[in-house]
Amino acid sequence: MDGGKCRVLVCAGAGCVSSGCKAVARALSEVVRKSDLDGKVEIVQTGCIGSCDLGPVVVVESDGTFYQHVTPEDVPDIVNDHIIGGNPVERLLHRSGDTGEFEVKLSDMSFFRGQTKIALRNCGVIDPLSIDEYIARNGYEALSKVLKDMTPGQVIDAIKASGLRGRGGAGFPTGLKWMFTADAPGEPKYVVCNADEGDPGAFMDRSLLEGDPHSIIEAMIIAGYAVGSHQGLVYVRAEYPLAVERLSHAIEQAAERGFLGNDILGSGFSFNLEVRVGAGAFVCGEETALLASIEGKRGMPRPKPPFPAASGLWGKPTLINNVETFANIAPIILNGPEWFKGMGTDRSPGTKVFALAGNINNTGLVEVPMGTPLRTIIYEIGGGIPGGKGFKAAQTGGPSGGCIPAQHLDVPMDFDSLTKLGAMMGSGGLIVMDEETCMVDIAKFFLQFTQDESCGKCVPCREGTKVMLDILDRITKGEGQEGDIELLESLGKTISQTALCGLGQSAPNPVLSTIRYFRDEYEAHVRDKRCPAGVCTALASYVIEVEKCRGCGLCVKVCPVDAIHPIELQAVAGDEGRTKRKRPPYAIDASKCIKCGACVAECRFGAITR
Amino acid sequence: MNACSTAPTLSTETDKQIDRVIEEYKDEPSPLLEILNEVQHIFGYLSDDMLIAISEKLSIPTSQVYGVATFYSLLSTRPKGKHIIRVCESAPCHVMGSESVLRAVKDELGIDLGETTPDGLFTLESTSCLGICSVGPAMMVNDRVFGNLTREKVRLILRRYAKDKEASVS
Ligand SMILES: Cc1cc2nc3c(=O)[nH]c(=O)nc-3n(C[C@H](O)[C@H](O)[C@H](O)COP(=O)(O)O)c2cc1C
Repeated sequence: MDGGKCRVLVCAGAGCVSSGCKAVARALSEVVRKSDLDGKVEIVQTGCIGSCDLGPVVVVESDGTFYQHVTPEDVPDIVNDHIIGGNPVERLLHRSGDTGEFEVKLSDMSFFRGQTKIALRNCGVIDPLSIDEYIARNGYEALSKVLKDMTPGQVIDAIKASGLRGRGGAGFPTGLKWMFTADAPGEPKYVVCNADEGDPGAFMDRSLLEGDPHSIIEAMIIAGYAVGSHQGLVYVRAEYPLAVERLSHAIEQAAERGFLGNDILGSGFSFNLEVRVGAGAFVCGEETALLASIEGKRGMPRPKPPFPAASGLWGKPTLINNVETFANIAPIILNGPEWFKGMGTDRSPGTKVFALAGNINNTGLVEVPMGTPLRTIIYEIGGGIPGGKGFKAAQTGGPSGGCIPAQHLDVPMDFDSLTKLGAMMGSGGLIVMDEETCMVDIAKFFLQFTQDESCGKCVPCREGTKVMLDILDRITKGEGQEGDIELLESLGKTISQTALCGLGQSAPNPVLSTIRYFRDEYEAHVRDKRCPAGVCTALASYVIEVEKCRGCGLCVKVCPVDAIHPIELQAVAGDEGRTKRKRPPYAIDASKCIKCGACVAECRFGAITR
Repeated sequence: MNACSTAPTLSTETDKQIDRVIEEYKDEPSPLLEILNEVQHIFGYLSDDMLIAISEKLSIPTSQVYGVATFYSLLSTRPKGKHIIRVCESAPCHVMGSESVLRAVKDELGIDLGETTPDGLFTLESTSCLGICSVGPAMMVNDRVFGNLTREKVRLILRRYAKDKEASVS
């Protein structure tokens, strides 16, 4: 250990919290105290480092060593062997998925090597509860530059020139939106941050708010200055209590330091910020529904125009941007629009954060330049599919998006390329599915979600998605009829064209895109009453393999309909007298079986197959 | 809800607590949702009488208050169990096997989604996404999030909550 202070980072993102990082941090403080290292070692609880599946994660900052799956019992070794002794603790190091070799440093790991962190620049690096750590990494410098050296018009021009497009889903040019709001007549104006993040599978906004709340606050103040607003609101979904807590804490700190409130940094400009918490409704992520919810109403969308920029919160001009969009603002101001345009593609500059989840080795948050091929994200950064299974498809854009099949693995991940494939960037959820996934089941799953979340205001969404879901339900139960697939297609197109808001307009996407790329799977369900992936339980028939069955009877205990019985010993062909089975094997009575799958999950010997 | 009832039969203590919540938000332009969130936080649910009282105190039609209270999935007009279980039903969790987790919870507690155990200890709900997709399948018990669930882990967690009737599980 050298003379300086040794910083030990413990990831305290929600993923690591669920795997027990708090106990690890407590153990660290204790061991450090007992070893008389108090002033020398600093334990920093950071926001999400990104590799959530490896949690709890500890990083020794001085040499960049990355430790995974750390338990409180491992802590003394980290302190004694590594921090004091200088030898990394081998058993906690990461190994490359390909070569099995150690990847000691965070920067060695393939998961991090391919990433370019702009929005996530501070996540996993600083203590989100400390404004000083944020300031130490150029925090609030962009704000000070804007207030001292730039006119509102110049700020808008810089954002316009950067080509930044909204990260909330639609990809609308951010600079234009700022200009429309600035030009709209009406006072007061509002700046709203959309932190409703409803897309199942996307969690970058949560990580940003938990890991770097000041970057959002700073950007919102800059936006307020640019569009002429003095009041900002952050609408956070109720499912993110930790994000609400850290953001509220950061707002208080910023106010104490004079970054929020009246006459900010002596500029004469004033801005205040409030947090509003939702109450569980996906549709509130849609901007007009979100505004209705802030106004204390049912969160239902309304037709546009007028757009919020002209008539938003309480009928006043309102700028509404996504969390990740805001996270890009300060770096653009500090480094200039040309720097930003130098990354990504022509029409989609900059980076995008993706939430990798599903059947993939490395799950978590990854930030890559726009236009990075899907293959790179899945196989290099994501480390491929577990269990040596094949890649089947990736779903982007959650329930509003579509799937990308294997033949398009090389698609550049940017707004326009994805739209062309019938998928969608959406908010950046990227769910990887292996060959054992049933695409009809997945389509049904997403449609079930949008159907549940439909607010019921317009008929195409309320009734149309219901009818589509009924058809899919039939198909997965083996009751599909000739013509069902065509009916799904025509219903889907009609709903896309006629629904009131983005929720309904995009609801058919998962169905349409799975039909487009996996029509044969639909046909197998409809014509042959067969689920090729063996997922649709109603189409499965459960059988116990006599040779593998040990007669333990666990399956009998979980069978809800009493369909499993022992086979009379004599009845087992070839079994008579040869082996003396203590316990007879079991068999499933197909006429009673409801195909719930409980027995399969329970069997320790893999004896039950579909 | 009986919208005709005029004199809510709230205890004075409850009434006072609601007044305090409203007082807290009096400077905000349209605080209805926040007030409902807060009142539910205190009492665990929003009774008809509470909704009527809120509507009268804010001079907002009861129909509108009721409309908002029933629109959002986290607001409840029925009493709930002591521990609220929310099983994540998002796509990554689905791919990782949340169905079997949900079934394990149902089997263990003998209740279906939206129901409360007869002893009032557990209410079972689902949630669209908890945002910890890397460690799915996941569920939340009260404010605590559990990841990487298996049927066995679910049983263990629930039994701990059942045993530890008083405090939360740490
Ligand atoms: C059904 C639906 C859900 C949405 N959910 C979100 C969300 O969770 N977060 C978000 O930022 N935008 C969401 N949007 C997009 C918003 O309406 C809006 O376009 C966005 O907040 C604008 O910010 P941006 O320009 O920075 O992307 C959703 C849209 C629809 C139609």
